Amino acid sequence: MDLTAILQILESTIRMSTPLLFACLAGLYSERAGVIDMGLEGKMLAAAFAGAAAAAVTGSAAAGVLAGIGAALILSAIHGLASITFRGNQLISGVAINFFASGLTIVLGASWFGQGGQTPALSEGRLAQTPLLDLFGIEDSPLLELFLGHGTLVYVALAAVPFTWWLLYRTRFGLRLRAVGENPAAVDTAGVSVAQLRYAAVGITAVLCGLAGVYMSMGLNTSFQREMTAGRGYIALAALIFAKWKPVPALGACLLFGFLDAISIRFQNIDLNGIGIPVVIPGQFTNALPFILTVIILAGFVGKAIPPRAGGEPYVKER
Amino acid sequence: MTKLPRWADVVLVPLICLLIAFVFCGLLIAAIGQNPWVALTSMIQGSLGTQSGWGYTLFYATNFLLTGLGVSIAFHASLFNIGGEGQATLGGLGVAVACLFIPWPHWSLALLGSITLSALFGALWALIPAWLQAKRGSHIVITTMMFNFIAYALISYLLVNVLRPEGAMDPATARFDKAFNLPKLADIFGVMGIPFSKAPPANIMLFVALALAVATWALLWHTRLGYAIRAFGKQEKAAVYAGISPVRITLYALLLSGGISGLMAVNAVQGGAHRLVMNSVEGAGFIGIAVALMGRNHPFGIVLASLLFGFLFQGGAQLAMASDPVTGEQLKIPREVITVLQALVILFTGALPYMVQRPLEKLFARGGR
Amino acid sequence: MPSQANLGRQATAAPFAIELRGISKAFGPVQANRDINIAVPKGTIHGIIGENGAGKSTLMSILYGFYKADAGTILVGGVETAIPDSQSAIRAGIGMVFQHFKLVQNFTVLENIILGAEDGPWLGTSLARARRALADLSREYDLDVNPDAVVEDLSVGHQQRVEILKALYRQADILILDEPTGVLTPEEADHLFRILRGLRDQGKTVILITHKLREIMETTDNVSVMRRGTMVGTVKTAETNPEELAELMVGRKVLLQVDKDPANPGREVLRVENLRVMTEGVERLKGVSFSIRAGEIVGIAGVAGNGQSELLEALGGIAEATGRIVMNGVDLPLKGLNGQSRREAGIAHVPEDRQVLGLIMDFAAWENVGFGYQNDPKYQSGLFMNNGALRADTEAKMARFDVRPPIPTLAAKNFSGGNQQKIVVAREIERNPDLLLIGQPTRGVDIGAIEFIHKEIVALRDAGKAVLLVSVELDEIRSLSDRVLVMFDGQIMGERPPQTDERELGLLMAGMTETTA
Repeated sequence: MDLTAILQILESTIRMSTPLLFACLAGLYSERAGVIDMGLEGKMLAAAFAGAAAAAVTGSAAAGVLAGIGAALILSAIHGLASITFRGNQLISGVAINFFASGLTIVLGASWFGQGGQTPALSEGRLAQTPLLDLFGIEDSPLLELFLGHGTLVYVALAAVPFTWWLLYRTRFGLRLRAVGENPAAVDTAGVSVAQLRYAAVGITAVLCGLAGVYMSMGLNTSFQREMTAGRGYIALAALIFAKWKPVPALGACLLFGFLDAISIRFQNIDLNGIGIPVVIPGQFTNALPFILTVIILAGFVGKAIPPRAGGEPYVKER
Repeated sequence: MTKLPRWADVVLVPLICLLIAFVFCGLLIAAIGQNPWVALTSMIQGSLGTQSGWGYTLFYATNFLLTGLGVSIAFHASLFNIGGEGQATLGGLGVAVACLFIPWPHWSLALLGSITLSALFGALWALIPAWLQAKRGSHIVITTMMFNFIAYALISYLLVNVLRPEGAMDPATARFDKAFNLPKLADIFGVMGIPFSKAPPANIMLFVALALAVATWALLWHTRLGYAIRAFGKQEKAAVYAGISPVRITLYALLLSGGISGLMAVNAVQGGAHRLVMNSVEGAGFIGIAVALMGRNHPFGIVLASLLFGFLFQGGAQLAMASDPVTGEQLKIPREVITVLQALVILFTGALPYMVQRPLEKLFARGGR
Repeated sequence: MPSQANLGRQATAAPFAIELRGISKAFGPVQANRDINIAVPKGTIHGIIGENGAGKSTLMSILYGFYKADAGTILVGGVETAIPDSQSAIRAGIGMVFQHFKLVQNFTVLENIILGAEDGPWLGTSLARARRALADLSREYDLDVNPDAVVEDLSVGHQQRVEILKALYRQADILILDEPTGVLTPEEADHLFRILRGLRDQGKTVILITHKLREIMETTDNVSVMRRGTMVGTVKTAETNPEELAELMVGRKVLLQVDKDPANPGREVLRVENLRVMTEGVERLKGVSFSIRAGEIVGIAGVAGNGQSELLEALGGIAEATGRIVMNGVDLPLKGLNGQSRREAGIAHVPEDRQVLGLIMDFAAWENVGFGYQNDPKYQSGLFMNNGALRADTEAKMARFDVRPPIPTLAAKNFSGGNQQKIVVAREIERNPDLLLIGQPTRGVDIGAIEFIHKEIVALRDAGKAVLLVSVELDEIRSLSDRVLVMFDGQIMGERPPQTDERELGLLMAGMTETTA
């Protein structure tokens, strides 16, 4: 493997990690506030579709991004209604939202664009691929391209990590958010509304899921394809557990899982004979690795992942 | 805790949820410029209007009945097993092993063999999540979901690298020996002298599944294990008082759940495709959730709900091919409308029951006064 | 009662920190508070005492904005104040220390203190100010806590101090403490009372809710007594005594006469040696030893929460324990077990809380009659349960115990409390056990059923069986038991014959032996 290949894989890792990172942080806000979100996948998918569709129709990337976030917000509102206001089952609600998005995107896509669920290829409305390289006029420098050759959303995602850390641990909102996911009664008796906090968290989740989705359909690709998120919402959930619900480890987990993704895109199987090990790692194993690793973490063999204590439980006032 | 009369809670609430889902999908169909009424009639025509349609409806219903029963047994223990998809996938592997590597002398023995292996594989696939839930408290929903993906990767690997016959291109096993083909409804009805279409794959597993529904009912309400599962699911602390071990019941309930979901593969793989292909489950594991919720976790309700979803699944497939009876124009309604319907049924019956129950309670309270 | 003065109506000129007028609150059919009047003078420690379920906590929850009263008004500092939520209570200067702390376990002390009372959107400034304020408060009130400690690492006593600091940081003038010593060691409790006196001396008003007489006598200036949702009186602590308070708390009940012959105790059935139970890191049962013989009823008297529940759970195989339980001469296992092993050893158990432990509320009566005995061969036929036999058995039990309505298919939740209890008692007594454990046999049970259940217990004794009776109703203990053991703070304070004077038992229940009283 030469240097160019390594650089390409690294570059690909950053690209593939970006939607994971958005979705993982999205899940982080929701779950740190005590609302388990199995519906990241569905919100990403809906946003990917709405973004690509709006961008295709208007020719504006900005309109696409807004539409994507809007779609995710609607699904989040349903989830909030079910899990905060009506104290329903958060897990079932998330699962339902995934099916809802899966079906609806295809139904609408097929009937609006007549391409079997796909949206038209974007040219105008696509997200700028290399805004920084274009800005500085850099060409033919693979190393600089690795760092500077990405779309804006990649940098937004990376910046969202320290921002999330700061928001969680250095602001009043973050303190209350973490508290409501650990012990909502503490927040309630302190005179702060549990429902408002949780709705705010679920709203942030939607915005980040929206960005994850539009990055996939308008940045990584040029159109929406049916089921294009392909389980990334679940991988993000796995990354969240892997990162023990903390923002900086989330970056590490997403880079790791993105790296696995990048490798399996480039190689069918990984032949280790080249480095003297007579083993071929099948691509399917690489695909399943995020989940296998997370199960191992869950089993508590390698450090125990302790979720926010109030996760999944609707808050009911009691003495 | 609902204050509704029992019949309203059991019958009216799911029906209202279904009605809301239907209305929403009708609006959706109207929104994409199609006629919902035409869509509904062509679905009914395509799934219930012909023998062949009925055959497919029953074939799919068999799948959903099995996965629905699987989900419901875990639900009775207050465990949400969303791993039916993975467990059924592994069940498919069990069927393939039984049908490819063992020279059964008769289809009936092949059926017994594949039933045993598919249930075993499905149960084993639920074992690790079950153990993690029972011993480590890892949430069953998260782990079973992950095992769905692991199952998919595993089967994909096996089909591409191990089970694919020499020279074949698509990731699938060889066709099973024709002698192992299960008797179709046409064959079974034929014995009784009733003619039935030979086209649809509906087969003897329909009766196996119905028998299992009865068996599940007997298990839950007529055995010690079922008693323990239900008691544990209702009040875990009281179960300990009564000498019921939470660890053991968690394991048993999930193993049963996984095993029954695994059986679904006998119908789909041995009865339908006659070989193991990628995605042999076709979402039946997830539809099982909707079926269990809709059927109120009672085998009888689940039989009805699986028929409903079999009808929707087959009708949905027909939608894509149907045309307007008046204009003769091709309908442009993707079958995924059914996925939306399924999602709404899960949402309303599973996550938002209070939204339907509360207004009903008020209605009943007013009526009762 | 000459010393009883109703401060609420008597003094209008006195500066009251809190005044409640005509507060009523019902939960469905249950009247938790009925026309409550109370006035708490500024700068005093005011005790509110009453048995479990007397309505103390409900009253305080109304004061803190957790519940909305159905009727009545609240005056804070003489001004009528609406308290629809906790925020309003905090603004009115009311702070509350709940029985179950409302702390975020993985937050630091400082973070817990500022939660909801931050200065602005940035934590840094809030934390810095809180740190200074905390240092002042700690010094002023002898409330020493490390501000950077994570709460889950703190002892329960220190966690409670964090709760008090939280209230003080919010500038509470009125501090309500709900059963604050339930989770504390005696030393921690003593320290708490020093802190509370310090707060009073600085001009704060403290409301102390408890069911422990000793705490009231030692700490308070005035005390209000509640009984079954009503306020029975307010007295000056200095002008009363534990006996009078106990009488007010319990009230003069109709003494239920139980006809029984003298006991005729036989061989030893149960022997307990140095039994200890830990729950959530706190030792609730602290080395209890006693024995019960065939043909006698041993009553455990005590105020709720003094280890009786843990004793029953350990004997019933629900809680793990250390020590020894010897049943019919055989040691019973104490770890990793469940109720089944106890039933096999001949122990039947009517648990204290029938709705949580004794019955599956959604199950039909007939299913509940098999609860715990689901493996009994007489309810089996081959692979299946013999539901018919179970139903027939239920019908017989319902007839014999006069359960109403006598419908075996009715869900447990649809029976009244008394009939629910009859189902449990019938199930357990009809096993003809060597030992019957029975907790709060008549809690929430109507008079007729009480009499019936008492007769059944005595009949079991007369059949030569051993009975361990746990009840917070002293009358019940005295009229049923052949011997009375009094529990306090996880220990047995002593044994008395059932004819012992109610006052003497009451003092033992309050943790006072003759020498200290």
